[in-house]
Amino acid sequence: MTEQDRLYQIWVYLQAEPLFWLTLTIGAFLVGDYLYKKSNQFPLVNPVAISIILVSSVLLIFDIDYERYFSGAKFIHFMLGPATVALAIPIYKKWHLITHNAKAIMAAVVLGSIFAILTTYALAILFDLDHQLILSLLPRSVTAPISMGISELIGGIPSLTAIITIITGIIGAALGAFVLDLMKIRSLSARGMGIGLASHGIGTARAMSRNEEAGVFSAVAMGLSGIVTSILVPIAVKILF
Amino acid sequence: MLHAIFFIFLFQLLGEVIQKLLQITIPGPVIGLVLLVIFLIAKERFGKRWLSETFERDLIATSESILRYLPLLFVPIGVGVVLHVSLFKGTLLQVLVLLVVGTCSTIAFTAWVMQKVQDKTQEKRLAKSHLKGEMEEKGDKHD
Repeated sequence: MTEQDRLYQIWVYLQAEPLFWLTLTIGAFLVGDYLYKKSNQFPLVNPVAISIILVSSVLLIFDIDYERYFSGAKFIHFMLGPATVALAIPIYKKWHLITHNAKAIMAAVVLGSIFAILTTYALAILFDLDHQLILSLLPRSVTAPISMGISELIGGIPSLTAIITIITGIIGAALGAFVLDLMKIRSLSARGMGIGLASHGIGTARAMSRNEEAGVFSAVAMGLSGIVTSILVPIAVKILF
Repeated sequence: MLHAIFFIFLFQLLGEVIQKLLQITIPGPVIGLVLLVIFLIAKERFGKRWLSETFERDLIATSESILRYLPLLFVPIGVGVVLHVSLFKGTLLQVLVLLVVGTCSTIAFTAWVMQKVQDKTQEKRLAKSHLKGEMEEKGDKHD
């Protein structure tokens, strides 16, 4: 057996095992996180976006299909569920702040959700997008399992909605801080509400990693807007189409 | 740590079962999150002894260490997105512009509403406490 054959065999073995994909994912994230810290936490140097680009490049260069990658990376993906439940702890710790701001939270969630649906619709009409794409776009600002469920219900394409939802999250996480600075929003709770409502879990993850108070309000906005949006989108579809 | 992980998994499991039973679009983990918040607040009000102090500390520490790496957990699905952009067939640019404009304006609008209402309620609270202060002052003079 030549040296090359042996290397090839090792590669074949590694591809089939979760270990390689787990190490690659965590490694890529650490690189993203390192660059983020190096850039003085500049929002556009988003660790999630960097690690996604790094891992995708490896998959594209070596022509590996997503299913093979995901068979390993699913162990990381699995932790999303427990991590969502774990958000209960910071929410509980800051519960007094939530009850204190109950009125503002309700106003922001209801008006924000309506705003998200209507701007999406208006821009989609402006860009002359096709009917089914518009339906897949409408629930985009809420967490993927909810947006996919709504999409299916109204006749969109759930997998397309999932992709749109995730891009929405990354955009919110990367650009949110700029927008809020531009608007001169200083209240941490208002900043969190904006991010969580518009960019669900990915935005919340970023808010939480920067500041616990903003993170808590982001998580609250994400949960409540999920409920409000699943009521509003089907109504909007009935009125608009 | 193992106890805390078990506890978190248990609440997710409860959430998933309820979601399947009631067939609602709210995801199981979100239901688990709500249940856990309710549980913790009920404990605070009614039964401090439901959880031992060491367990609660452990639960807080474990959750915080999971949440510290929350962004990492979105990488696997994010990679799927990059590999499936071909689904947009020629409308990718329009969709991207829509998503950037739509998301940024929603963030701005929501945060603005929140801050406005906060400022208003803050003013009202201040006015109320001010009024109360004045009335008490008058009362004092009367005596």
